[in-house]
Amino acid sequence: MTETNIDVRGQTCPVPLVECRKALKKAAPGDEIIILGTHPASKKEIPMACTAMGLEVMEIEENADKEWKIRIKR
Amino acid sequence: MTDKAVIVVHSGDLDKIYSAMIVANGALSMGMDASLFFTFWGLQCLKKNGFDKGPLSRMNLLGLGKWMVKSRMKKANVVSLERLMNDYKELGGKVIACEMTMEIMGIKPEQLNREWIDEYGAVGTYIMEAKDAKITLFI
Repeated sequence: MTETNIDVRGQTCPVPLVECRKALKKAAPGDEIIILGTHPASKKEIPMACTAMGLEVMEIEENADKEWKIRIKR
Repeated sequence: MTDKAVIVVHSGDLDKIYSAMIVANGALSMGMDASLFFTFWGLQCLKKNGFDKGPLSRMNLLGLGKWMVKSRMKKANVVSLERLMNDYKELGGKVIACEMTMEIMGIKPEQLNREWIDEYGAVGTYIMEAKDAKITLFI
């Protein structure tokens, strides 16, 4: 199992969603993707995309600076 | 079968090409398939170095409006159309070029960004793409 970190802080629509999908495409089943961003809509939409693709969102957290982190299992 | 989004890209206006590319990338990112059918002014944008050459659909003001919007987009960190197309292709998006437009406008295949184009087709190709699609748009 590998862990891939993606940093899309400061990026806007549709980059966080697209970068997440690109990473998922490269990942093998069981791999984990951790995506770090600041775009508010993507915090909602990345989990929506995961649900649509039948993937598990393991963790969503946000700090005081409105930076969020989402952990996904491929 | 995977859900699909099919978009007819008729306009060559910068803002509309952005809409088409963002929706198409969004569809792929949400796990759908996507096809873009470029025709008329949209097809002009597939010419080499032509992707961001169109005017704004409103308030272009002889290019001044476009310049302002582009500088604001840069400030907002909006990525280039070229980047959106490269991501679209990397995620498996399909690009179809309208053959009739090429004939009418006298566009030769070698004038186009051929590495982006998967297929050259006409209305039948679009219908076959769109008939089972969950989302179809005309932009």
